[in-house]
Amino acid sequence: MSVPVYGYVALSGLLFLIGAIGVLVRRNVLVILMCVELMLNAANLALLAFGSAHQSLDGQVTVLMVMAVAAAEVAVGLALIVTLFRHQGATDVDEVSLLKG
Amino acid sequence: MFELILFVVFAVVALAAAIGVVAQRNVLYSALLLVLNFICLAALYVLMNAQFVAVAQIIVYAGAVMVLFLFTVMLLPGKRIEVAGRRLPGQTPLAILLALALGAVLLLLLGGSLVALGRPAHPAITVGNVQALAEVLFTRYIWAFEATGVLLLVAVAGVVHLLRSGPRPGAPR
Repeated sequence: MSVPVYGYVALSGLLFLIGAIGVLVRRNVLVILMCVELMLNAANLALLAFGSAHQSLDGQVTVLMVMAVAAAEVAVGLALIVTLFRHQGATDVDEVSLLKG
Repeated sequence: MFELILFVVFAVVALAAAIGVVAQRNVLYSALLLVLNFICLAALYVLMNAQFVAVAQIIVYAGAVMVLFLFTVMLLPGKRIEVAGRRLPGQTPLAILLALALGAVLLLLLGGSLVALGRPAHPAITVGNVQALAEVLFTRYIWAFEATGVLLLVAVAGVVHLLRSGPRPGAPR
């Protein structure tokens, strides 16, 4: 007996929600980036679930593209965090308030 | 039946790990729980008969991305443990409100798509071998594939420039 599609889709929605909550409540910029990764993975899970339900490979190809974009995003994001730390000495998003009036 | 048991086990572990990433105060533990979440998702991809994507998930996320995260966590000096309290005024109630709104929207959208999906409610076993995936990737999606390569090159060049042009750690600010 195989797993119904709505199981995967429900799991994907829950993971996306947890990631979004993390982005909203956490203040460490590294953890915020990790939560964005959680959300991307949740989207990947939904893409694969719907793709296999439609018996189509387009979902899997899209997931591969998302993975490449996520890898590039992590590299650039971490470089930005290191640069931020060099300039401000902070990894807490509330301490970076240079543009605050 | 066996597949269903595997799905439940991996789904529960993935959810617990995701909650741990958000709830854990130590950044290092968050990163390690994120690896656990990625590995559970890879197992679920195998259950969906997407073997190549599962292997790519292990290599790209659990390998490359996590090495980047862990190196950054360990190389940045300073506190790794978030201090409780000291939030923006009204951040927590606002976060709860926005999360509830997002949950409602997700329920509406995903539920709607599932209803529109209708009959084929079980993932097919036929799709998912690497040969078929490669055929689609290198014919219909060849331009997207090439553009991804260019994107990765640009990202590498940007990161190298960003990290070389900043002030040296010992230099006065």
